[in-house]
Amino acid sequence: MTSYALRRLGTVAFILIVMSLLVFLATHALPSNTAALILGQYSTPETQAALEHKLGLDLPLPVQYWHWASGLLRGDLGQSLVMERPVAPMLWDAFGRSAVLAVCAMAVVSTLGVAMGVVAAVWRGRWPDHSVSVFAYLGISVPEFYWGLVLILLFGSTFHLLPTSGSGDLRDGLASFCSFLVLPVITLTLTLLAHVSRLTRSSMAEELDSMYVKVARARGLPERVVIIRHALRNALVPAITVLAQDFGFLIGGIVAIETIFAYPGLGRLLIFALQRQDLPLMQAAILVLTAVYCLANLTADLLYGVANPRIRYGGAVE
Amino acid sequence: MASPIRASVTVARLSEVVHPGVVTTPVTRRRRLPPALLIGATIVAILLVTAALAQVIAPFPFDQMHIRDRFAPPSLHYLAGTDEYGRDVFSRLLIGSQLSLLLGVTATLISMGIGVPLGLLAGYRRGLTDEVVMRVLDIMMAFPPIMLVLLILAVTPPSLMKTAFAIGILSAPPIGRVTRSVTLDLMSGEFMEAARARGERLWYVLARELLPNVWPVLMVEASLRVVFAVLLGAVLSFLGFGVQPPAADWGLMISNGRAFVEMAPWISLAPGIAMSITVIGISLLGDGLREVLDPRLGGRR
Repeated sequence: MTSYALRRLGTVAFILIVMSLLVFLATHALPSNTAALILGQYSTPETQAALEHKLGLDLPLPVQYWHWASGLLRGDLGQSLVMERPVAPMLWDAFGRSAVLAVCAMAVVSTLGVAMGVVAAVWRGRWPDHSVSVFAYLGISVPEFYWGLVLILLFGSTFHLLPTSGSGDLRDGLASFCSFLVLPVITLTLTLLAHVSRLTRSSMAEELDSMYVKVARARGLPERVVIIRHALRNALVPAITVLAQDFGFLIGGIVAIETIFAYPGLGRLLIFALQRQDLPLMQAAILVLTAVYCLANLTADLLYGVANPRIRYGGAVE
Repeated sequence: MASPIRASVTVARLSEVVHPGVVTTPVTRRRRLPPALLIGATIVAILLVTAALAQVIAPFPFDQMHIRDRFAPPSLHYLAGTDEYGRDVFSRLLIGSQLSLLLGVTATLISMGIGVPLGLLAGYRRGLTDEVVMRVLDIMMAFPPIMLVLLILAVTPPSLMKTAFAIGILSAPPIGRVTRSVTLDLMSGEFMEAARARGERLWYVLARELLPNVWPVLMVEASLRVVFAVLLGAVLSFLGFGVQPPAADWGLMISNGRAFVEMAPWISLAPGIAMSITVIGISLLGDGLREVLDPRLGGRR
């Protein structure tokens, strides 16, 4: 297990290195001219050349990569070209906001998804089951930003209940801070709910059909106890690992959802950087998102091993 | 046992999850088509016909502006209303269906073009080939999907085919994995032993012996991939990295209508509804196909 974990950590490091190379090469293939971008409209070829020399942009690519990558390792993420501020503080601020959003969404998805899965499994083939299925189907039948739009239309424009863009400041009180989170969290929940509720349903159905549940029922235990204390406990194992996997999907979803709700998180920062061709910001945002994604996947795999000791890593997996 | 429970559950099944508790292997094989397949096939057939005939059916050219009728609500004249330039939303929906289906199908074909040969080869050769191919696919899958696509699309001028290519590459690893696992299952078959005994060449075994047997499972996987491509394509156009205006792309239409969502919600809502019908239709078709073809559910082929 430990050696497996170490090997997986090695893979994560490898992927980050490859990604940093990809990002570096891709951004150098960009049509934009960094020096011209910084100097603005009054630049001349001479001043551009001078600035390129000062920034080291005329050095060979491998040397430039080395400067950039070693800077990253020292925590120096460079200077944003468009905002003219260091990237690191902006990035961590956005990261914190995205993390709040992601954690809230995960909390809602896990409780609601498991609950819906259990309901569907207990009333298998009857209306609660069908409603859960239809709900799950609808949730994933349109891209996530569409639900965002529908919610904005319903709660923001029609009833003026909730703020539809931006994010709150904790200094304005917890209620205001949370009110900005409600719609993005619901949107993320809608798109992730299907996966969790379906998986909980099928593993719960399996447990409910098992011998030990029959025995528990035969012993005359109340149905509530049988379902919650016996079946659910075992059915949760696969659900937990799926949740960790979904965290990876969540990172993809967050990009579109932060854009539609104008929520100042990492996803929106990335899109801003891509649109403005702000290279240092773009590189840093992509690398941070990649790191989070890889670590979430790693956690999912390790949790799977912890929760299900029958899986042995590294051996024959056929 | 075609009990009512089973029949109704199949309608509502998500493609990714099988229900171990519910599905039973029928003792006598019934040739009754699952309802999911029928509903899905009907929706997809209608979509294909309307997409093919979009230019004929559409009441107006998709880029014709009716300046006097900007933001007209849905009516008999403009079935889904008009947008901020007075363009007929319904006509744009029809043309947009061509783009969505084209993107979905092209991306899936690209992913199959990469994934299927790799999967067949890995499953057939096993050993080192298998190890190398699977490692490469694992690494491809370890990258956060949307980052890769955004990176590709951000550094080069966007176009529909480029989006399709980027999404196709993303979908190649899952296709490769499915192909490999089915191939591994097939390896013990007698027809494989016969092919080996006849000393057939590698390409013959892959293309003529293995591929036809892998095909059914691939069809199911492909339907999932088309849905994935359609949805991701919409997200990309929404973010501004996919199809560019003035194309009548659904994601783009939703994105454009965002600014007017309070006064003219139909501009954004209509393409979303069209998209959900498409996605549900293709998913149902895939689920139905799985029901009929998947060896895990029915008997072996």
